[in-house]
Amino acid sequence: MPGILHANQMKKCIGCYSCMLACARNIRKNFSPHQSAIQIRSVGGLQSRLAADICRGCKEPPCAAACYCGALTPRPEGGVRYSAKKCLGCGDCVDACIAGVIRFDTEQNSPIICIQCGICTKYCPHEVLSME
Amino acid sequence: MDLTIRILEINLTAKQVKVIERADLSPYLGGVGLAGKLFTEYVHYNQEALDPSQPVVLACGPLSTIFPMATKAVAVFRSPLTGAWGESYAGMRIALAMRMSGYQAIIIHGRAERPTYLVIGTKGVQFRDASALWGLPTDETGRILRQLVPGRGFRSCLRIGPAGESMIAFANVNVDTYRHFGRLGLGAVFGSKLLKSVVVYGDRGESIPDFKRYREIYDQIYQAAVNTDMMGKYHGLGTSVNVALLNSMGALPTRNLKQSSFENVANISGEAFARDSLVRKVACSGCPVGCIHIGLRRRLFGPEYEYESAYLAYDHELIYALGSQLGVSKQEQIYDLIEKVELAGMDAISAGVLLAWLTEAQEQGLVTEKELGVKLSFGSTDQYLKVLDQIIKQPNELYRLLARGTYHTAEVLGGRAYALAPGKLEMAGYHTGYANLVGLSLGARHSHLDNAGYSIDQKAARFNYSHDRVIDELIAEEKWRNVLNSLCICLFAREIYTSKTICTALASVGINMTAEDLDSLGNKIFTLKNQARTSLGFNPDGIHFADRFFETTAMAQELDRDTLVRLVKAYQAKTGL
Repeated sequence: MPGILHANQMKKCIGCYSCMLACARNIRKNFSPHQSAIQIRSVGGLQSRLAADICRGCKEPPCAAACYCGALTPRPEGGVRYSAKKCLGCGDCVDACIAGVIRFDTEQNSPIICIQCGICTKYCPHEVLSME
Repeated sequence: MDLTIRILEINLTAKQVKVIERADLSPYLGGVGLAGKLFTEYVHYNQEALDPSQPVVLACGPLSTIFPMATKAVAVFRSPLTGAWGESYAGMRIALAMRMSGYQAIIIHGRAERPTYLVIGTKGVQFRDASALWGLPTDETGRILRQLVPGRGFRSCLRIGPAGESMIAFANVNVDTYRHFGRLGLGAVFGSKLLKSVVVYGDRGESIPDFKRYREIYDQIYQAAVNTDMMGKYHGLGTSVNVALLNSMGALPTRNLKQSSFENVANISGEAFARDSLVRKVACSGCPVGCIHIGLRRRLFGPEYEYESAYLAYDHELIYALGSQLGVSKQEQIYDLIEKVELAGMDAISAGVLLAWLTEAQEQGLVTEKELGVKLSFGSTDQYLKVLDQIIKQPNELYRLLARGTYHTAEVLGGRAYALAPGKLEMAGYHTGYANLVGLSLGARHSHLDNAGYSIDQKAARFNYSHDRVIDELIAEEKWRNVLNSLCICLFAREIYTSKTICTALASVGINMTAEDLDSLGNKIFTLKNQARTSLGFNPDGIHFADRFFETTAMAQELDRDTLVRLVKAYQAKTGL
């Protein structure tokens, strides 16, 4: 999908995790929401609000700049494309991310990184997420 | 995926942990089947509910979290309220946490030496000192544990409040603030074990065996939940839509069922709550519906515009038990009662029905103002709040008795004629007819959710069912729900999860069952529960029906005791109970 991911309607979020489940199963072929690039969290327990830790879709992504093997390449609209084939599992992209939203899966030896595919937006029952 | 059954057994007395693989239990799938079977292996039939040896068995199922609305876990235990079968369900994050921690069931038995909380997850099990937390309400307990335990976003915090610590027979276990293992007193069992909390976190991955097949059925179920009207009721107003509906049918228990409709219902209907105080909805992990309705209670606590706010979940049962059943007709007062039971960790339905009985018992002179400390009347919320505080403190004999629940209190003091606890469990918010009462008294966990008698009554009225058909439907529904509950599918999604859909979903993750297999499982669990509860002392011949059920019309119908007894006998004949 064109554009980059936005979570501009978080006041409507019900914390159902459908977005995380969609990302994990479609991108990493995994049942566990732990394997999702988008992460939904409460800000301080469920009585507080919910927040989405998402890729900011940087125009000059520091994660790609840190990647010396070409696994991460910038997208024109922002964010990156990821090539699992080229990835060496060094983890430098994780540290480079300004927003701290790249995580590392030690079992698969690869970063859990948003590829701006928009699948999460298709599984939000409240249209909290969008690609713009 | 083979159906792995990996069980964590925790001995609080010895501080020992064992992991057990039980492939032989895979025919039970999970949930109530698995937990029920394990319970029968670990329970001590000749010891009472709060004996340290008694187990608590928690289980989720093979569809947990990975399919929409498969969000629950079950707890099976010996109920301190009824002495018999205890079965309770909770959602929020528990199913996700359990599944992703790698355990299909957790058994806890024994008794800790000092207040303890357990941390269970991918890094093993820790026994941690909870003495600093003992005495804290459920909300503050959760807040502190969130800071101390890893797994943010993937963990579930089960905790008791002061009610559980005092072993009140209807104390509950709070799950992640907005859900509960509510009925039948699991909180007291935790309290008797000095178990303040169990935190489960699950951050492991789980690869998908057949992605295409899984995605297809996932999408089908997701679409049905989100893009059709099937879940509309739960998402929209929520179950509180039932308040006005039942009222108009003459089925809303009011003032200890002196009435079956409430003249002030317009102030406290689901519509009124939504209009005046609903602020957001939240969901259990993996459910796109979001049926948890949260309302705002603003409270002036001092001069110069000193306001505080509480965000409280409300639903039909709470508006009934702490509203119409008590003759309370202001939303703020219902919220205040909700907050009191929530923070204390008490089952709202049992608390409300007990207070309703108590109001009448005091009117009848069974209980004096001196012993109670207050003078109650229907609608006297401030006095109700004081009584709830005292039930926790138990300063005298009367309060120690009240802490044992409505049934026991009436057995000792009298007032059985208006003690609304068929099967020893306080009634839920429906007075629809015979099916409801048969269902509550004979259902395995004495819950309206066992067999939806309240729904069968409505169908029976519309389509003129014979009594025979009513009984058959109660039994069939309970057997089918055993299947849904083995998969820990939220019962709100029961219309989406038909037999066919369940088989397709199971097949997509490598578990092959036919519709006949499912029915057979439901039947097997039905039999298991009947055997277990009989061994635990449940006696259907000894069921007491309060006179009140026959004094107040149900959906404009006067109920007759002989007919009800006949129906109970017919049920017993058909099931061998």
